[in-house]
Amino acid sequence: MAEKLLEMTDIVKTYNIAGEDQVVLNHIDFDVERGEFVSILGPSGSGKSTMMNIIGCLDVPTSGRYILHGKEIANMDQIELAHIRNKEIGFIFQSFQLLKRNTILENVELPLIYSKIPTRERHERAREMLERMGLGNKLDFYPNQLSGGQQQRVAISRAVVTQPSILLADEPTGALDQKTGQQVMELFAELNEEGRTIIMITHDKHIAAHAKRIVKILDGVMSEGVTEDA
Amino acid sequence: MLRESLKMSWQNIIQNKMRSFLTILGIVIGVTAIIALVTVVQAVIDNVNEQFDSVGANTLVVSAQGTPLKQGLTDKELEEIRQIDGVVGIAPSINATMNVYRNGVVYEDVFIDGKNELFFQRNKIIGNGRAFNYLDVEQKTNVCIISGEFQKEAFIGENPIGQTITLKGIRYVIVGVADGSDNSVMTLMGGNTTDIYVPYKNLMDLSGQNRIYALEIYMSENAKSTKYISDAVKQYLNTAFNNKEDSYSLIVMDSLLDMMKSMQSMLTTALTAIASIALLVGGIGIMNMMLVSVTERTVEIGLRKALGAEPRLIQIQFLTEAIMLSLLGGIIGLMVGLGISFLCGAVMNIAIHISWGAIALGVGFSGAVGIIFGFTPAKKASELNPIDALRSV
Repeated sequence: MAEKLLEMTDIVKTYNIAGEDQVVLNHIDFDVERGEFVSILGPSGSGKSTMMNIIGCLDVPTSGRYILHGKEIANMDQIELAHIRNKEIGFIFQSFQLLKRNTILENVELPLIYSKIPTRERHERAREMLERMGLGNKLDFYPNQLSGGQQQRVAISRAVVTQPSILLADEPTGALDQKTGQQVMELFAELNEEGRTIIMITHDKHIAAHAKRIVKILDGVMSEGVTEDA
Repeated sequence: MLRESLKMSWQNIIQNKMRSFLTILGIVIGVTAIIALVTVVQAVIDNVNEQFDSVGANTLVVSAQGTPLKQGLTDKELEEIRQIDGVVGIAPSINATMNVYRNGVVYEDVFIDGKNELFFQRNKIIGNGRAFNYLDVEQKTNVCIISGEFQKEAFIGENPIGQTITLKGIRYVIVGVADGSDNSVMTLMGGNTTDIYVPYKNLMDLSGQNRIYALEIYMSENAKSTKYISDAVKQYLNTAFNNKEDSYSLIVMDSLLDMMKSMQSMLTTALTAIASIALLVGGIGIMNMMLVSVTERTVEIGLRKALGAEPRLIQIQFLTEAIMLSLLGGIIGLMVGLGISFLCGAVMNIAIHISWGAIALGVGFSGAVGIIFGFTPAKKASELNPIDALRSV
């Protein structure tokens, strides 16, 4: 009944390393519906980063079909991919990836610049977003003047401000202490309540457990996981 | 979008002040050199041209040392030259140094120049009083014209007109002051600066010379051919000096002017070429800094791409930065170069004109350097794979 937002069919990704083809993703089928909160759980080297790159349109699969929000991604060129990333994906990185020479307001405005939103509207939307995140009094601060948790909230603001189809989080709590990490997870739950689709990639099953659905990935093979005892 | 690019570039440049400064130094030096050289050379040549021009056109300058047996030119020969078809007048020139007396004060070794009235008609150098006239010269009137310099030396706070000086016991009445610059070709060609002018026939008597060794020949303005007249003069001198060509010299001012002009363009080209080497080196410096910058900002580039920046945008961003850097160098160089030019102008006492050509050259060159040497790093940045870029954390 729910709309399929993301539809992967028979995805294969191989890398040529030292003259040898190495299969990183092995015939993966993966669907996400609108409004889901999914964790992709796997140890390092399992292929989860590659999975994230393909979901995030940073990379294209070697073979297979990937339809995101009704668009076939597999054959897109760099420019089209850039547009898709800007419009459909909100990235949240482990190490926040904020531009340290820019204020947090400017950081949140950045993706809006690339969507060619006029200056005034851009300011307005970025400011509103940061106010919602409780950072309304710190708009002119630089990232290094904020705590880790605050920085991750800035990064989340930046991801959400474009109203993307998917929030794609890569180890979002990896650089945070447990308490702050917990707060970020609560924020994710809240965003999900509002109807946002979230895909979170992690190696930590306790973090993964915050999601409503967990898929496991191991040696390039994906399996629907049980929520408990991963 | 352009505004964002400009803002980001500027932020990046001022965030690395020292590095940016060192990077643009090459450009600054190159542009400074070009602007200063071109402007100063232009000014010097303009200055000389201006002086030549005022004497210049339609003038032949003759120096006639003669042979041991036939020295210089006699009055009769001068008159014959005057009669050559197309010649409208001649101005003989003679000079001597002698002591000048005034009110019991001796001015030693003063440089005296003997001229006729035509000389002053051609060279408007009288600032105060009057020039010589035909009668002064022909009747050997005891009148003289003093230079502005000599006035400062001998007549501080006085009006010299009407006063007298004594040359070899003869009183000369001062009728004029020559305070315009002496454009006479003799002076230009390394002669002394004249202190006192007297009618040339007077000076021949005073110095005991009866021959003329130098003169200017003025040709009719609508003379059909300068060459025709100069050939006629040449032929006359040849005959007069027994076909000894090294006994006289004849300079056609018009061809000298042409030569000056072609020399100027050659000199400017050569200097610009040399200064361009500095720009080349500066460009390499910029390229180096941009490559370092791309490497340093790999993660940032990756992030921007992940957030949806098109490759082209990244390229524009880095190109903007390179151009901004080199233009900054160009503008600083322009200002320093003009400063040096005006300083040179002040020291050499010549007028400096800001040449738009030189400015366009400096700014244009530095902008071009930015584009040429910024292109490769910008291309490299735009081609970074966002995955690799983000992974290198």
